[in-house]
Amino acid sequence: MKSLAELQAIKDRMKDRVVLRDGMEGKRVVVGMATCGIAAGARPVLNAFVEGVNKAGLEGTVSVTQTGCIGICQYEPVVEVFEPGKEKVTYVKMTPEKAQEVIEKHLKGGNVVSEYTIGSVAV
Amino acid sequence: MIRSQVLICGGTGCTSSGSQQIQDRFETALEQNDLQDEVKLVRTGCFGLCELGPVVIVYPDGTFYSRVTPDDVDEIVTEHLLKGRPVQRLVYDDHGKAQADEFGNIALSDTSFYKTQNRVVLRNCGVINPEDIDEYIAMDGYAALGKVLTEMTPEEVIQVVSDSGLRGRGGGGFPTGRKWSLCAPNKADIKYVVCNADEGDPGAFMDRSVLEGDPHCIIEAMAICGYACGCNKGYVYVRAEYPIAVKRLSIAIAQARDYGLLGENIFDSGFDFDIEIRLGAGAFVCGEETALMTSIEGNRGEPRPRPPFPAVKGLFGKPTVENNVETFANIPQIILRGADWFASMGTERSKGTKVFALGGKINHTGLVEIPMGTTLEHIIYEIGGGIPNGKKFKAAQTGGPSGGCIPASLIDTEVDYDNLTAIGCMMGSGGLIVMDEDTCMVDMAKFFLEFTVDESCGKCTPCRVGTKRILELLDKITAGKGTLEDIDRIEELCQYVKQNSLCGLGQTAPNPVLATLKFFRDEYIAHVVDRKCPAGVCKDLLTFTIDRDKCIGCGLCARNCPVNTIEQTDYVAPGKKRAAYRIDPSKCIKCGACMSNCKFHAISKQ
Repeated sequence: MKSLAELQAIKDRMKDRVVLRDGMEGKRVVVGMATCGIAAGARPVLNAFVEGVNKAGLEGTVSVTQTGCIGICQYEPVVEVFEPGKEKVTYVKMTPEKAQEVIEKHLKGGNVVSEYTIGSVAV
Repeated sequence: MIRSQVLICGGTGCTSSGSQQIQDRFETALEQNDLQDEVKLVRTGCFGLCELGPVVIVYPDGTFYSRVTPDDVDEIVTEHLLKGRPVQRLVYDDHGKAQADEFGNIALSDTSFYKTQNRVVLRNCGVINPEDIDEYIAMDGYAALGKVLTEMTPEEVIQVVSDSGLRGRGGGGFPTGRKWSLCAPNKADIKYVVCNADEGDPGAFMDRSVLEGDPHCIIEAMAICGYACGCNKGYVYVRAEYPIAVKRLSIAIAQARDYGLLGENIFDSGFDFDIEIRLGAGAFVCGEETALMTSIEGNRGEPRPRPPFPAVKGLFGKPTVENNVETFANIPQIILRGADWFASMGTERSKGTKVFALGGKINHTGLVEIPMGTTLEHIIYEIGGGIPNGKKFKAAQTGGPSGGCIPASLIDTEVDYDNLTAIGCMMGSGGLIVMDEDTCMVDMAKFFLEFTVDESCGKCTPCRVGTKRILELLDKITAGKGTLEDIDRIEELCQYVKQNSLCGLGQTAPNPVLATLKFFRDEYIAHVVDRKCPAGVCKDLLTFTIDRDKCIGCGLCARNCPVNTIEQTDYVAPGKKRAAYRIDPSKCIKCGACMSNCKFHAISKQ
């Protein structure tokens, strides 16, 4: 180890590994992963969120977890976004591609992608 | 891409209750469910709540699973990791006190055990994988070493440590900055840094947990100390009874060498530093600094008179700085966050935090770190969860065989170096043994004295002979043969041993006796005058009797008596069908088996 830059490089490389252990602060993306969700393809969606959040550099402010059956099995895969002080947003019939859009527009940009929310799809 | 991490405690406590098997089961279960690329297993150091081990934590949720068995693993994997449903029956709810979030999670930080702790020394324990230097670096590891080597002069480093108010955590409480500044100006061809990891107090395991959970922070701190004091060689003296600590420290040293964080020209600063491990054979006296150095030199571990102090003439006759593990563990944080940050915690003359190993009659056995000045009451009832089985708190022993006890009447004492010294106690290295009403204080003092008699190295007479004579007098008292003069003689002898012993072992050995005499003199007097042990512990002073009017004659006591001393009488109590039993006191060995088996509370001890 000859310089602080070398040390910093290791730290940067390891950041996404330890940031998970900081606990849940900020936004929280929850993917429904009960039997119905998994059958409808929730796992690729979950992985798309995990990878996308890291790629977008949001791993410090957004945590991605799963939960059990949310109760609306016909709309699976269901993804809920919780944000402190705001009403939760429920996205339905998600795909990895849609996930990418949610990360860009909602998590990064702050605008809810309303065409994928339960309000627009269910009506 | 890793989306979830499972942290499994790999401290000594959880390892001995099977955390390795749990890890193996997780590996198999993750593969069976094709989750090995999404979920990472991390084996960490001690989380602190050893009572509830083996402990498993799932991130990012932070779900805290306690007392996990290998058979629970499949359920955690298929329910929680696959489907996102925390396994509620394993989630620790802090006896109903912790509130679960909307997903049914209770994080470690929500429990009363953790809520009021302030983790500085233990900040990485239970958080990082101690066998992975990269994880330590990710948590700002080696940044403090980088900072001192590239931005600070040795004098500035010592100044920061002095300003922080850090005092030696091994028990003595000597200001660390002053210790460093005493060694720094001394010139020699080689100077040494020694880390004292010879944790010998019965019931203390703080240093072990730091070495097991965060070994790199000790390496980093020793290198910083070496730079500040002009030392280029370090030794860690650690007990051979700590195999996990020794293994992780060896791995850490090898990794640090590999990265050039130990060795020559670290951070291109021209500073060389390397560390070697020396294993102690488990002699208590080797925790004393001069005896420790004598042992590193390859000789029998015996203390030597001071002066000359180690700062002038220490290891191999060269200037040496010696600090305890916990003291070192504070150093990198002080450098990174500044002296003012550290000095903002604690009391006026005791800064920072202190780690305590909670043990004895307490619900949450484990490791806690609290700011100096926290009251004993808070430690025992809030963090420690109180006394089991509804018993009453009687006293707490701090400082192990060198310390004293704090009685229930002083439970609001704010724990710091000076307050404890003022009540005739001692901070010690941080063992905190809690005792309830069933503890006999004379017996407790005897226990610690037996320990020091065994561990006295024998070099000086006051300690070798004095402690032995005190123990004999205590034996006499617990056997019911003591006199009031014996109590006076014990006190006189204690003062003599305290004042005339060569090293800390002898100078502090009488403390448990003196403290119990101060706060529980009435118990000594009860043993001597009434020939009774009020707590019902000292066997020679006990008699077990059967209340013949309560006895229904079932004979369970007689069948369980190991020495066949219980016989049936002719007496049948009114309303009972069978004759009562009685104990022959001349043959009774006072094991208590009869009493614990009697379902009718007919047997009592006095």
